[in-house]
Amino acid sequence: MAMNMLAPTPALALIGALTAAFLPVTGQADQEVFRVDNPAYQAECASCHIAYPPQLLPKESWRALMSGLADHFGTDATLDAKTAKEIQSYLEAHAGRARADGAKPPLRISETRWFRHEHDEVPSATWTSPAVKSAANCAACHTQAERGDFSERSLRLPK
Amino acid sequence: MKLPLFLLSGPLAGLAFVLALPAMAETPTDFLRAFEQEARKADPAFQGFSAERGRQFFRQPHGNDWSCASCHTDNPAGSGKHAKTAKVIAPLAPAANPERFASAAKVEKWFRRNCNDVLGRTCTAQEKGDVLAWLTTIRK
Repeated sequence: MAMNMLAPTPALALIGALTAAFLPVTGQADQEVFRVDNPAYQAECASCHIAYPPQLLPKESWRALMSGLADHFGTDATLDAKTAKEIQSYLEAHAGRARADGAKPPLRISETRWFRHEHDEVPSATWTSPAVKSAANCAACHTQAERGDFSERSLRLPK
Repeated sequence: MKLPLFLLSGPLAGLAFVLALPAMAETPTDFLRAFEQEARKADPAFQGFSAERGRQFFRQPHGNDWSCASCHTDNPAGSGKHAKTAKVIAPLAPAANPERFASAAKVEKWFRRNCNDVLGRTCTAQEKGDVLAWLTTIRK
């Protein structure tokens, strides 16, 4: 449904779904730039944090997050039902692939094996520095994170 | 019952126009007026809003970890920063950011969520009016 609105043909939709499915969550590909192009998602979710690329969590994770917005990591992030449904469809349509071992879906991108692998060279002092504060703050180092660009060339470690 | 399309299109267009109007027309003054009506209903002895009370309400914690100022800072004419994610938050004072207090849906949503985070309950019309009264006194 949502997929059809975004991709003109079923073939393209399938390619999109497969691409999304095999990307970062598995850590097998090297995609660094993501399309985050749903206006409702941007408007509602990117006020308090960047619009995290939907590809970075599996469908099961997005579903769990969207059903727990009343206590969203300690804050009230509730939405009206219509908006919530639209955003959830978008996130699920572009979600990454779940882990094959059937482990519980992570609620934070920073809990995924892919994230930990990508960030294993980041010193622990960087994570706790006042300029970073939290792994939720992608834009502290990924200067173009708000545009979905996590490429090395836009990477700046804060002092 | 089936009606010819031309009979429906007139009223529908009119309805769409009326529905679209409030979204365009809302200003901080409209919200102050609405909060005042609501406050008067809740308390017939309502004495009006106080910018000073709003300023204090904004800066003080109310039992939970955060105050309004934890994210919006003590100076709502400037940018704020989310207390948890460090994401930059656009200024809250309408003089510094014309998008603030311009949409009923947004005003409802943010007071609902943020009052719950800061106070653990909904804000009263008196509290919302006091804060807005203060915010509208702030110049860029």
